[in-house]
Order: sequence, then structure tokens, then C-alpha cells
Amino acid sequence: MELCGLTLKNPLVLASGVMGTSATLLRRVALGGAGAVTAKSCGPVARAGHPNPVMVDWGHGLLNAIGLTNPGAEEEVDLLAATREELAQMGVPLFASIFAGTEEEFAQVAGVIAGAKPALIEVNISCPNVRDDFGTPFAAIPETAAAVTQAVKRAVGEIPIAVKLAPNVPDIGRIAAAVVAAGADAITAVNTMPGMVIDPEAAQPVLSNKTGGISGPALKPIALRCVAEIAKTVDVPIIGTGGVLTGRDAIEMVMAGAIAVGVGSAFWYRGENAFELIAEEMKAFMMDNGYATLSEIKGKALR
Amino acid sequence: MIREGFRNFRLASARWLNDSTLWLTFDSDIEAEPGQFVMAWLPGVGEKPFSIAGMAPFSLMVVDVGPFSHALHQLQPGDKVWIKGPLGHGFQVEGDNLLLVGGGYGSAPLLALAHDARTKSAKVTACLGARTAEGLLLGKDFADLGCQVEFMTEDGSAGRQGLITLAVEEILATGEVDLLAACGPTGMLSALAGLARQYHVPSQLSWEAQMRCGMGLCGSCEVPQSLDPALPPGWLACFDGPVFNKDKD
Ligand SMILES: Cc1cc2nc3c(=O)[nH]c(=O)nc-3n(C[C@H](O)[C@H](O)[C@H](O)COP(=O)(O)OP(=O)(O)OC[C@H]3O[C@@H](n4cnc5c(N)ncnc54)[C@H](O)[C@@H]3O)c2cc1C
Ligand SMILES: Cc1cc2nc3c(=O)[nH]c(=O)nc-3n(C[C@H](O)[C@H](O)[C@H](O)COP(=O)(O)O)c2cc1C
Ligand code: FES
Repeated sequence: MELCGLTLKNPLVLASGVMGTSATLLRRVALGGAGAVTAKSCGPVARAGHPNPVMVDWGHGLLNAIGLTNPGAEEEVDLLAATREELAQMGVPLFASIFAGTEEEFAQVAGVIAGAKPALIEVNISCPNVRDDFGTPFAAIPETAAAVTQAVKRAVGEIPIAVKLAPNVPDIGRIAAAVVAAGADAITAVNTMPGMVIDPEAAQPVLSNKTGGISGPALKPIALRCVAEIAKTVDVPIIGTGGVLTGRDAIEMVMAGAIAVGVGSAFWYRGENAFELIAEEMKAFMMDNGYATLSEIKGKALR
Repeated sequence: MIREGFRNFRLASARWLNDSTLWLTFDSDIEAEPGQFVMAWLPGVGEKPFSIAGMAPFSLMVVDVGPFSHALHQLQPGDKVWIKGPLGHGFQVEGDNLLLVGGGYGSAPLLALAHDARTKSAKVTACLGARTAEGLLLGKDFADLGCQVEFMTEDGSAGRQGLITLAVEEILATGEVDLLAACGPTGMLSALAGLARQYHVPSQLSWEAQMRCGMGLCGSCEVPQSLDPALPPGWLACFDGPVFNKDKD
């Protein structure tokens, strides 16, 4: 299949932040059957992340606040450069992912990371680490989302960019329209949904950060709704992400309007063969139901 | 495997093994394989990985090395600890003649393995090493299970003097060992991985790494191949291990 001019052997993309912290882990996921892999988001400077506990399975999904642990763009660019060639030889494009606290920082990080020539740069504008005093992510306001998109696009030249949106906004279609108008080549939808898990015996939130991002099964209906609204509003490729554990989940994402499908938490639920299993199940579903290509299915649930 | 949230265990009793090490026994059982670990959480203090030292009842062996282990040492009978797990993959009893090698608190999961092996009537030799006699842990517990116990200390204050690899090599050279199982510092494990290769003995080595999520997602516990060339690239201690099971070569 094709995404922003890149050829992927299947539509499954490793979601940013899951396993993709080193060259060896990215390679492992590529060998495990991913169509493309996204590296962990990197920012302007190294961050240690939050103290433990950083993750919990609460029964219907996961909640994490790893805290954007990363070595900083200067170090990340070497990691990406060293990995890209090798993955390309395996036919698996490497996507970078970036975050920052201001528009200018976004442009600066994007400029550094572009040096590694990743196949695509994902712009994580749904992080909590932001400029204004209210802690609103860039993804919450169409104007700021567009401004970041434009700044990044200017900094990276020819490299396609996908803007990663947050699910917790009143009108995701408007945000999508704004980033596409500002030059986004694709949209990744969605990042995790803010949430909290409380341990009643401890009488306090489980995560040291108190709140975290919900991923896994609980996120899927939210992600499907977001993807559908974006697909109705704009005409760029969507990487539908959130709660995809099975081939059927992936098909649902495509039916909602995605063309590629992000996969993260599935490693916890399905084990290390998650990508192979999902790809096989997708194929089996298509065979059973008489579909030959993904484009036949794309957006089918919206028509 | 219990995977959701945390379960509470209450401390039943605590026993000193040496100046800095406590054996903590809790009020109920846990179902696990020897070598699996838990994430232990004390609200307000933090969360860290610990090997399951005993299953019936659930027990931990804790060395006081920093803020979290120190807080575990302060628990009083009746106090709660929050447990996520069992997590990861443990040891399997394979063959009739097992050589267990423990360094420091590495002897904790091996005691659970020795228990399983003895239940299956396997012959077990436990090699325990430390810098000084004070650091040797659980020798009597292994002996009580009917294991043959060999001590090595670097200063010669108990057992024989020297590194543990000396005793291990002698035992491997007899050609009678069906399985080498070990847990301890990574330097020791790297040396043992080399010996297992040299003597063509299957090995199960339990590796350690900085753990954060404990669930195979964050990537922080990757064990570098430089420690053991047999480890697959991108091997995660929490997800693929902590025990790496290697057939002989
Ligand atoms: C699979 C596994 C099993 C373990 N089993 C035991 C056990 O049975 N008994 C025992 O006493 N200890 C065990 N440990 C080590 C134990 O997790 C650390 O000693 C403990 O986290 C120290 O925390 P602290 O706050 O007391 O000390 P800190 O001051 O935080 O750290 C002291 C030292 O402990 C180690 N350490 C700290 N944090 C971690 C972490 N998140 N993951 C791994 N190591 C860390 C480091 O070597 C560090 O230098 C195990 C570790 C792993 C990975
Ligand atoms: C442990 C963990 C770390 C994550 N780190 C990042 C990150 O660094 N950048 C980012 O854009 N998304 C991050 N995410 C969000 C995922 O990329 C994805 O959007 C989300 O988990 C939903 O997909 P899933 O349900 O398949 O996991 C992280 C998710 C998890 C579970
Ligand atoms: S601790 Fe997160 S992957 Fe092992």
C-alpha cells in the first residue's frame, strides 16, 4: 500500500513511544511484521520521564505516564540515521516523531531530525508540555495546531509530515482542517486520552504523575469516532491509531476512513507476534468477506 | 497470570538474613513460576521490580540499597504492599542434574527453582558467591531442600576463596550438568554464558535491567547483546525475560 508516496508492505505502523526507543527495538518490530515503524517522540533536550509507577493495566485498557523519556534531538538524530538505511533495506520505512514546548522549538527539533532523513516526521502536538499557562496542548486549538504545522513544514523541506492529534478536543474535524491547510501531508489520529486510575486501598491515583494517557481497548471507540470525523472533513491519509489489537480492529479503523493503522498497546495484549497476528487476521477477514484491496474498505462505514 | 492493577499483600513476618537483607513473608500465596518478578508499589514512595522468592506464602528477599528497598525494610506486620504481577518469564526445570548459581539477591529466585527441582527429585547443586561471608544468602535454605551447596567468597571468609566461576567451571567440567541456571550481577552472568557455551550446557540466565513499565512497552529494560552474544537483539528483560532460556550450542 502507499502512504505519502512511501510503499508499505502492510498498513500496520508501530505507534510512537511503544518499544521504539532504540535501533535494535525498531529493527525488532520491523522484523516482527510492521509495515512502518515510528520512533519514540523526541524533544529539544533529554528528559528522564516520570518516576514509577508509570503504567497500569486497569482491566479495560492501559494508562501510562512515561513522561516523554527521550535523549534529545541531537542524540536522536544519530539513532535515526543509523537505523533508517537498515530498515529501508528490509522495506520498512522509519518514521520520526517530535514534540516541543513552543512553535520555535518545534521548528528547531524538526530541523535537527530532518538531518536523519526519516521517511516521515510525525508531529506530536498532543503532549502536555506547552507554552501557555493553562496546560492546553497545541492540538486543542486550530490556530496553534496550524502554526506548529506550518513551522515544522518549513523546517523539514521535502520530508512528509503527519500531525498527531489529541482525542480530547471538542471538534477534531476543525483541528484536522486547520493542520491540513497549514501543510500537513497526513494525520495520525489519535494520541492517548487523558485519564486517571485510583487505587482505593491506597486512596490515591496509581500513577506517580496522577493522570496519564488511556490506550488499548478503551480507546478504540473514541479513536474510531475521531478518524471518522477527520475523514469526513479532510482528504489526506489518516493513520488510525488507538486500541487496535486484532485484524478486525484494524479493519474497523480503515472502514472509519484510515488508510494506515497504528499499533502500540497490542504488544501487551497479544505478545511479541502482535503485528504478524493482526496482519494475518486482516487478510483472513478480507478473504472471508470478498474484499481484494484496502481501498474498497476505506471509509466504507461512512458511506 | 493476574494482570490488572495492583493486589494488596500484608506483611506477616520479617527475618534478617544479614545486615542489609530481609526475607519478607506475606499473608497469602501467589501463583508464579520461579524467576518471575513483581512490581512492588508503596504509595508515595515508588515502585520497583523484585523477584518472587517464595510463592506459598508470597515472599520477597530485599536488600536495602536505596529509598524504596529501605521503605520495604520499615514495613511492620500487618502493613500493606501493592503488587503487580507475576510478570515476565521464569525458570523451567529441565533435566535431572541442575547447577544453580546465585550472586547476591540472585539466590532468591533460585531457591524457588530449587524447590521445584527437588519436588521432581532432580539433583541440585547450588553455588553461592559473594565478596565476603556476610553476603552469602540462603545457604541453609538450599541445604534444607536437599541441595548440595558450594560457597565461594572473594576474600575467603567462607567456603573457598575466589570468583564463583571457578567452582562453576569445575562442576561443568564433570560433564554431568543438564542445566545451568543463574541469577546475579550482569558481569557474573556474562561469564557464565561463556562457560555454558564452552561446555555445551543449556543455560537459563536471569538478566536485570532498569524497569519502568514492566510490561514490554516502554523499552527501558533492553538488555544489550554485548552482555551475552546469544541474546536476541532488542531483548527486553521484563517482556522476554527476565530469564533467557538458551539451549546448548
Ligand atoms: C527482575 C528484577 C528482579 C529483582 N529482584 C530483586 C530481589 O529479589 N531483591 C532485591 O533486593 N532487589 C531486586 N532487584 C533490584 C531492585 O529492583 C533494586 O535494588 C531496587 O529497585 C532498588 O530501589 P531503591 O529505591 O531501594 O534504590 P535506588 O537508590 O533506586 O537504586 C539502587 C540500585 O538498585 C538498582 N535499581 C534501581 N531502580 C531499579 C529499577 N527500576 N530496575 C532495576 N534495578 C533498579 C540499581 O542498580 C541502583 O543502582 C531486582 C531487579 C530486577 C530488574
Ligand atoms: C507506553 C506508551 C508510550 C507512548 N509514548 C508516545 C510518544 O512518545 N509519542 C506519541 O506521540 N505517542 C505516544 N504514545 C501513544 C501511542 O503512540 C498511541 O497513540 C496510543 O497508545 C494509542 O494506540 P494503542 O491503543 O494501539 O496503544 C504512547 C503510548 C504508550 C502506551
Ligand atoms: S520496563 Fe518497560 S519495556 Fe521493560
